Amino acid sequence: MTHTLEQIDAPASSTPSPVDWSKVQKWGVLGGLTMSFIAAIGMVTALDQRLIISPWLSLGFLTLLWTPVVFGIIAATEDAETPGVAGDRDVISGFVTGPLSGLFFAFFIVIIDAFDLTDIFRNLGPKLVELLTFGRGVGVAAALWIISCGLLGLLGGTLKIAPRKARSMIGAAAMSVVGVALLEIIVTDITQGLRIEFVADWIYALNGGLTPASALVIAAGSALFGLRSDGSTLAERRLERMNLDPEVRFRKNVVAAVLTILAVIFLPMILGGLTNDLLANVGLFILMGLGLNIVVGSAGLLDLGYVAFFAVGAYTTAVLTSPLSPFFTPGWTLNFFSLEGAAVITIVLIMAVIAGVLVGTPVIRLRGDYLAIVTLGFGEIIRILFLSDWLAPYFGGAQGITNVPSAGLGPVEIRGTSSQAMFYLIAAFVGAAIYVAWRLQASRTGRAWTALREDEDAAEAMGINTTAAKLTAFVIGAIFAGFAGMIFAVKVGSIFPSSFKLLLSIIILVIVIVGGMGSIPGVIIGAVVLIGILGGPTQQGLLQEFGQFKLLIYGALLVVMMLKRPEGLWPNVRRQRELHQDEMSQDAWLMEESSQDKDGDS
Amino acid sequence: MAIFIIIWGFVGAIALGAQGEGLSLAAWRQLFVAGIAQGAMYGLLALGYSMVYGVLGFINFAHGEVFMVGAIVGFFAANTLFDAGLWESNFILSILIVLIVAMATSTFTAVLIEKIAYRPLRNAPRLIPLITSIGISFFIQNAVQLLVGPAVKTYPAPPTWLSNPIEFLGFRVPGTTVLVVVLALTSMTGLWLFVERSATGRAMRAVAEDKEIAALMGINVDRVIITTFAVGGAMAGVAGLMWAIMFRGVSFITGFLPGIKAFTAAVLGGIGNMAGAMFGGILLGLFEGLGPNVVLRGLAWQIPTALAIVLLVVGVVSILGGRALNRSGIVVLGAATVLMGLVGVSGFTIVIPGLSQLKDVVAFTALVLVLIFKPGGLFGERLSKEDRA
Repeated sequence: MTHTLEQIDAPASSTPSPVDWSKVQKWGVLGGLTMSFIAAIGMVTALDQRLIISPWLSLGFLTLLWTPVVFGIIAATEDAETPGVAGDRDVISGFVTGPLSGLFFAFFIVIIDAFDLTDIFRNLGPKLVELLTFGRGVGVAAALWIISCGLLGLLGGTLKIAPRKARSMIGAAAMSVVGVALLEIIVTDITQGLRIEFVADWIYALNGGLTPASALVIAAGSALFGLRSDGSTLAERRLERMNLDPEVRFRKNVVAAVLTILAVIFLPMILGGLTNDLLANVGLFILMGLGLNIVVGSAGLLDLGYVAFFAVGAYTTAVLTSPLSPFFTPGWTLNFFSLEGAAVITIVLIMAVIAGVLVGTPVIRLRGDYLAIVTLGFGEIIRILFLSDWLAPYFGGAQGITNVPSAGLGPVEIRGTSSQAMFYLIAAFVGAAIYVAWRLQASRTGRAWTALREDEDAAEAMGINTTAAKLTAFVIGAIFAGFAGMIFAVKVGSIFPSSFKLLLSIIILVIVIVGGMGSIPGVIIGAVVLIGILGGPTQQGLLQEFGQFKLLIYGALLVVMMLKRPEGLWPNVRRQRELHQDEMSQDAWLMEESSQDKDGDS
Repeated sequence: MAIFIIIWGFVGAIALGAQGEGLSLAAWRQLFVAGIAQGAMYGLLALGYSMVYGVLGFINFAHGEVFMVGAIVGFFAANTLFDAGLWESNFILSILIVLIVAMATSTFTAVLIEKIAYRPLRNAPRLIPLITSIGISFFIQNAVQLLVGPAVKTYPAPPTWLSNPIEFLGFRVPGTTVLVVVLALTSMTGLWLFVERSATGRAMRAVAEDKEIAALMGINVDRVIITTFAVGGAMAGVAGLMWAIMFRGVSFITGFLPGIKAFTAAVLGGIGNMAGAMFGGILLGLFEGLGPNVVLRGLAWQIPTALAIVLLVVGVVSILGGRALNRSGIVVLGAATVLMGLVGVSGFTIVIPGLSQLKDVVAFTALVLVLIFKPGGLFGERLSKEDRA
């Protein structure tokens, strides 16, 4: 972020620093390694059928081709070790990094062509070789890869020094082409809902992917849109927003909220079943994410056993309402307008609170990292107990509990299979959860959590009952997850212990971290982006072909976010200030400088 | 409550054994030996957790994956050797080659993780490297799954002369178990000498004590940290081979449970304490081997009524006595005794089917209990001041 700013404001005429060859070398080789890794895990072969621009570019190749561009940009970027100003050296760096990656990758192709490695690496077979050599000779393919990587690296280096407007135009064009191509299912779904199928028919080729013509139109359109924006970075925009008059900001927020509510009410009517189902899943994860956000983001307690509360909610609902369970009482369903339904909700609430207190009380005195491992232990214990033969008479063991009846509103049944009804049900819960979370943040308890996260000793000295505050966070998190479990049970109609693995806790954690710890809009964005695009542990996302790779991507995301942007995509303002105090003030200073420059020019 | 269940189970198991309803003596011995062997493996893994925590002050969640990667790559080496015929003609040599391959892989992986992920986070808040290591662990697991496939890979069988049992002090011990224990003892001794005697080892201890002062004393802290990861990785490689000798099957999820258990062992022995890690590992191995049988099976024992009444009285007295002396430990024990007496009077028993399913519950319970009640470990922590909670 700061790099781009420095580079914009630096005068281009001062002496360019020499190319840092060792850095170029490093990133070139790393680029080649990354490309080889992507090919070896089978992404290229698996995603070859999904076309972006029919018939030229498939998603499989796109997973390779971004590498030289991005690594070219990185190699061309100045850092603390290679200070200096932007100039030709950036282009040269990018132009050398690219072919280096290409060379490395060509070498990789030669090797997998020469030796059969399928005994060890199951993807490095003839199918991959054929794809990567385009059915021609290995030599031709190697040359092609080196040249194309060189060009892409050049593109990266040029992008680096290109004026801001040009960059935002190219970025917008590339993003929207890929985005529209990837959103094929949704766009088709919406156009069907609006009875304008011909739009989708024009955009997409018969065998999937954009037609070249539509790709051009989309690219041109979004480039024009990019031209309109002033190319300011996210940080600047946030700074601007923070500096707005509170009243103006409040009005803007209200408008945004009203628009969102209207969208939530009317969108499901025009969307198809598939999209609604997707959104319902996203909502379920938002609900859990909001709960974990209170525990991890607000109070700073890393809970890795969060799935346990979700399981408690789901099992309580199933045990109370499924006719196959020993505790079943006839007439008990999750009907929101009936006495029995109210009883079910109350019992779920009570069980969640009990679970929260039981897990919370012993662990909250532990230091942060031990707390994480102990909660992980609790989560696993609960799952194995649900799975065991010992408790099978009550919880069904590995067979789980089936025939959970659907929820209802008085006489209206909310069937789990009706994605539109589920969407409204989940949206109602999410709305309530957002309201509760938002009110809590500003409340006395919420402020106590913030104080606790910042400095426990100081908080205690200020008279905050740290044990009580932590336990409250734990219990409220448990309640959110318990209700999410309740909805999950009526949505899928049958629950199995395998739905409650550690994996789920980790994915919710990734949502909270990618979105931004402690930030409510962050959690929503995190869930929409991750669950919507990649999907949950059992839920499919938009990119169904990504199914087998999504866990790998989740892991990588967790690492990259921690290293590069620990505050998340949409950070909690207070937290971002803590993590980037220096940078923020630097940004503010730079903005002042640049605005003065502009004044001078005119 | 937990203490009460453990006591009840323990006494019950012995009583059941005396009545001839429990396991035979030979079965107990077998569990014992298996527990020691597994414990030795946990101990070696625990060293990695312990050393990294001692030096950097965070849990390297990805350590289990370092172990798994060693075992997986070792499998390919073993398989190649088996195809070449060396596995059968010269087992000792081939197991050495596999050992070296596994150790090298694990060391390389550990060092790579440190360079890419942990070095930039040297001064970050404690939870950030922990979350990063969870991400790394996830990434490695799934990368391995995608690269080599999800199927369980089975090592070739060891030769018959090794898998036959050997009579030893009245125990019938399989030769593979002996091999595992010997491997563990050798690498432990080697590591001990390295840390206690070599200059690098001394530097390591200095860095664990205080990074800044160590740096002022002319120690290259970065290099010491890399060495710590390398040594921990090498030990994980040895543990990977030990796993392969004991269980033969490895897959991409092999690393998770042993990793968690080894971390428990590290805490049990006292974080940063190397001898403690080894003892903690063996204790945990024994507890895991015997635990389900001792504790859970014993719950089926009905406490005689006379004994129960005595227990009630003793319990109440010790609660009152503990109150008077202000010793909470005695009160807790007394409460456990009272509970036991109540259970005995009511004639209540718990018979648990499918005991082996609950093996991991026992392990996780051990984890939870150790971290909650004995986070300092049995043998004391060795941490720098800032890391002590």
